[in-house]
Amino acid sequence: MTKNCHNDYKMKFSVDEEYPDLSKHNNHMAKVLTKEIYGKLRGKSTPSGFTLDDVIQTGVDNPGHPFIMTVGCVAGDEESYEVFKDLLDPIISDRHGGYKPTDKHKTDLNFENLKGGDDLDPNYVLSSRVRTGRSIKGFTLPPHNSRGERRGIEKLSIEALSSLDGEFKGKYYPLNGMTDAEQEQLIADHFLFDKPVSPLLTCSGMARDWPDGRGIWHNDNKTFLVWVNEEDHLRVISMQKGGNMKEVFRRFCVGLQKIEEIFKKHNHGFMWNEHLGYILTCPSNLGTGLRGGVHVKLPKLSTHPKFEEILTRLRLQKRGTGGVDTASVGGVFDISNADRLGSSEVEQVQLVVDGVKLMVEMEKKLEKGESIDGMIPAQK
Amino acid sequence: MSEKVENICHAMAQLTLREWSAEDEFPDLSQHSNLMAKHLTTDMYSRLRERVTPTGFTLDRVIQPGVDNPGHPFIMTVGCVAGDEETYEVFKELLDPVIEDRHGGYKPSDKHKTDLNPDNLKGGDDLDPNYVLSSRVRTGRSIRGFCLPPHCSRGERRMVEKLSNEALDSLTGDLKGKYYALKNMTDAEQQQLIDDHFLFDKPVSPLLLASGMARDWPDARGIWHNDNKTFLVWVNEEDHLRVISMQKGGNMKEVFNRFCTGLTKIESLFKEKGHEFMWNEHLGYVLTCPSNLGTGLRAGVHMKLPNMSKHAKFEEVLKRLRLQKRGTGGVDTAAVGGVFDISNADRLGFSEVELVQMVVDGVKLLTEMEKRLEKGQSIDDLIPAQK
Repeated sequence: MTKNCHNDYKMKFSVDEEYPDLSKHNNHMAKVLTKEIYGKLRGKSTPSGFTLDDVIQTGVDNPGHPFIMTVGCVAGDEESYEVFKDLLDPIISDRHGGYKPTDKHKTDLNFENLKGGDDLDPNYVLSSRVRTGRSIKGFTLPPHNSRGERRGIEKLSIEALSSLDGEFKGKYYPLNGMTDAEQEQLIADHFLFDKPVSPLLTCSGMARDWPDGRGIWHNDNKTFLVWVNEEDHLRVISMQKGGNMKEVFRRFCVGLQKIEEIFKKHNHGFMWNEHLGYILTCPSNLGTGLRGGVHVKLPKLSTHPKFEEILTRLRLQKRGTGGVDTASVGGVFDISNADRLGSSEVEQVQLVVDGVKLMVEMEKKLEKGESIDGMIPAQK
Repeated sequence: MSEKVENICHAMAQLTLREWSAEDEFPDLSQHSNLMAKHLTTDMYSRLRERVTPTGFTLDRVIQPGVDNPGHPFIMTVGCVAGDEETYEVFKELLDPVIEDRHGGYKPSDKHKTDLNPDNLKGGDDLDPNYVLSSRVRTGRSIRGFCLPPHCSRGERRMVEKLSNEALDSLTGDLKGKYYALKNMTDAEQQQLIDDHFLFDKPVSPLLLASGMARDWPDARGIWHNDNKTFLVWVNEEDHLRVISMQKGGNMKEVFNRFCTGLTKIESLFKEKGHEFMWNEHLGYVLTCPSNLGTGLRAGVHMKLPNMSKHAKFEEVLKRLRLQKRGTGGVDTAAVGGVFDISNADRLGFSEVELVQMVVDGVKLLTEMEKRLEKGQSIDDLIPAQK
């Protein structure tokens, strides 16, 4: 057990003296963290030395927004979710629709279980994309890992990815040492990720040592992409233009499973358990870690008074086409699943496929000046 | 550093070392240009990674700002910070060369002298107010027994604030004043402090953020100033305390008098409560950034030098006078309207009186030069020797 002597030193101060001032805060952590819980957990440390103060720092430093509820805490390793469960279980429950500490999560990456999804109307659906994250067992997570670990993850990832062939054959571009030409191409392809600027991320410590150990891998066809050592060890993305979500999901599942096999051979499978599914840095991404979505033209539906209600009932969320926290442009929206934990990958992508199909039908009706009242769905 | 502390450091470090080698962990400093990158070798890294201070500050924490901020080809940043007083001892193998490089060849065996007796300053009450618009002296102080801003916990930071308030509340006369905590400042108070150029805000510089000193903002941060608005203390910004004496015009002597009197009074108030400032005879006052060791003092003026600043020998003159220029927004800003911030370049190896003397004498000379150039006369005979 690693001893965190800084944490021991802090125990000299009372709970009252150390407890954060959360009076102006509006995030999940602030909602849940009482003095009692703080007092109970502050003396603990995970085996790799991650402490309660480390978990909550990002939420202390970022009070949040009156309308957006951020999570306000991160995991530093797989054990964080166990050692700090008294804090994280209620947060998980709040964030993931009442998910209980005794609930079991199901993983289903069998793309054949998806019904339809190959015929979303390309006149409306401009592109389709599925992303998730994966953490490599035996390593600590981005808020906490050392340069040695991060480089170890990068090395393993490169080995795994370079052994892929066929439609997955591709190349790795480390952020450090990218040529200007490569960088411009990656930006033009919308693949490049940059050093995080959001204080939500930087306050957790995940941007340390940038850009050491970070990079982007993609296949030659530019339809399968992996980010290494950004907010999670791996972010895996399958995407293409048009509305063939079935194909995107097939490639996603096949690619992910191939990668997982290779990591397992090295005795470093992905972090997963039957309660939380895939373990990721942010509690909001537990379960499937999956966001499946489309860019879709909904100029009429988006101005309909029931738009938000329809999305809620379909268990979908909207974002602008720049991603989270951006505005939509020209009536084009990013529509994706709202859930992550408590339903499987297939189920979540099914919701997107079915929901988008319905919304496109609604859009067409509204174009013709017809009512959509008869089409409003029940709560899924 | 006692043997007992050495043993603790070693034992703690052994417990926290993981299975990665020094080579696996050594930062990539190939694009870097800062003092930490200049001096940190792989051998040094492998030795120092096995040590940790009694409060748990590690080598990786010391160097993190320098790893995250490669630096600038023309500005040499320090690239490392202290987390507590012991950092300078436990990691001396790295910090001594950094200190030597930054502070003009200051050796590990050198002694620093402290002189806060304002009577020892000669002149300084007559800098020409037609040229010298304002005068200011600042320094920092750390309270012994507490971790420094990159490392301190909320409990420690609040205690530093509490102790500082107690000390400052008991100041009287010209120094009597009030504390404004950042977190419950009213809009009116905030506006006034901005207008007075007193308010400090959450740091945005990545150099500071990477060290961890902005955690929990604005908890336990605040500004104290006297009723006359000539003496100001920042609590828990980059250092535990930053102490500033300032006023309009060229009476640096009065500014320095108040500075010394106030500082000495605050120090004795802390001592009454059983707390002292971090100080030792080698490094003088111990502060978060190695660049501020010694006196931690920057004394300067805002002065009009529209002609002098365009003279071919301006930089050379400043260098010889051991002065530096900044824009009137402070470090890394540009001069506006020919008005420059002129201050001492040194911190360590000279006393407070010596540094302020250099500013006083240097500014007097620069004013003479400016007047000559206004009249179209040469300044060649005025160029000083290297101080």
